Amino acid sequence: MSINQQTGAQEWPLWEVFVRSKAGLDHKHCGSLHAPDAPMALQMARDVYTRRQEGVSIWVVPSSAIVASDPGEKSMYFDPMEDKVYRHPTFYDLPKELDHM
Amino acid sequence: MYTQAMSIGPQDEARHLQSAQDQTRNDAFERRIDEGDFIEAKDWMPEHYRKTLVRQISQHAHSEIVGMLPEGNWITRAPTLKRKAILLAKVQDEGGHGLYLYSAAETLGTSRDQMLDALHTGKAKYSSIFNYPTLTWADIGVIGWLVDGAAIMNQVPLCRCSYGPYARAMIRICREESFHQRQGYESLLTMMQGGTDAQKAMVQDAVNRWWWPSLMMFGPADKDSPNSEQSMRWGIKRLSNDELRQKFVDATVPQADILGVTLPDPLLAWNAEREHYDFGPIDWSEFWRVVGGDGPCNRERLAARVKAWDEGAWVRDAALAHARKQATRAEAA
Repeated sequence: MSINQQTGAQEWPLWEVFVRSKAGLDHKHCGSLHAPDAPMALQMARDVYTRRQEGVSIWVVPSSAIVASDPGEKSMYFDPMEDKVYRHPTFYDLPKELDHM
Repeated sequence: MYTQAMSIGPQDEARHLQSAQDQTRNDAFERRIDEGDFIEAKDWMPEHYRKTLVRQISQHAHSEIVGMLPEGNWITRAPTLKRKAILLAKVQDEGGHGLYLYSAAETLGTSRDQMLDALHTGKAKYSSIFNYPTLTWADIGVIGWLVDGAAIMNQVPLCRCSYGPYARAMIRICREESFHQRQGYESLLTMMQGGTDAQKAMVQDAVNRWWWPSLMMFGPADKDSPNSEQSMRWGIKRLSNDELRQKFVDATVPQADILGVTLPDPLLAWNAEREHYDFGPIDWSEFWRVVGGDGPCNRERLAARVKAWDEGAWVRDAALAHARKQATRAEAA
């Protein structure tokens, strides 16, 4: 995603857009766009991603600022959690009388 | 809209895998595809898959952007303020669709400038449908009804495309596209139900002109679309050109009846045995002529895009220069 940040000097930088769809919910990644600076990125994000009131708040982040885990190391990163079933409440058998614990 | 790129223009050949490591990765990739898994931007993928997607997504994006031109032609001449507001919103949507798709293509390692350059130099194609002129106001309604209707047929299956960023862009686009078709149909209905004889004739004339080009939007017949099989396997394509075309005809005939227009095909008839409508042969020589650059508006459309890009250069440069100056000042302060 950040490849073109280095290449085309005349291409506007890329921004990632996050939208909060309504108060109380998380901002969620919804796409990206090119803009020369942060105020323009926000304005364009509004026009591109919230034409039908899809949001009440927008974050824009330069794509180059995002650090991501390596998909090639997905299994090394995430699989170790697979055998840790004791981290889930359903792992524990409790007497029926207890019901809501 | 518009997945014609799958079947027209030069296609990338699948290359033989070089090493044992590539073979292993490729096998894992094929397994993920078979399991219906989504492929994401940074995941390993065969070069052929990447190139096919870049071509498909970028040409889809170009179609959205060029598609703004025939409709933009009528914004200043819309018959009422209401229709003008609707048309503006629709054209703005098409611009948005183009942007979602360019962004999706960029995740595959191509740049916006590279894609636009391919469009402007004529290397990249866009859907043949936009090389036809919008002669009357009724054309705007018919584009919504038939052209966007055909696009929806084409696009809904792509929401399940194996490439995540493309599938997500398609979900967003499909959500917005249904307004496009409904506003077009409603605008035609208004003319057919309350219009003068001249207005009704105008609708019929527009239908006559757009019907066959709309059927061509689905691309060549399956037997002439040799790359479809691979794209189907990868889930880049879910239904064949002919299947989609048939679905479109079946859906559209009853809509034409309700509207009170005829479709310009004497061979169009219900086939009880097949449980589908039969329809007449498509003039593929016209299709290939338009795809090859000799449609009624090919030169005009491309010239309009190039002009907009060239004349907007100073704005893009100024915005960037301003942003750099601000950043330098902020650093110094």
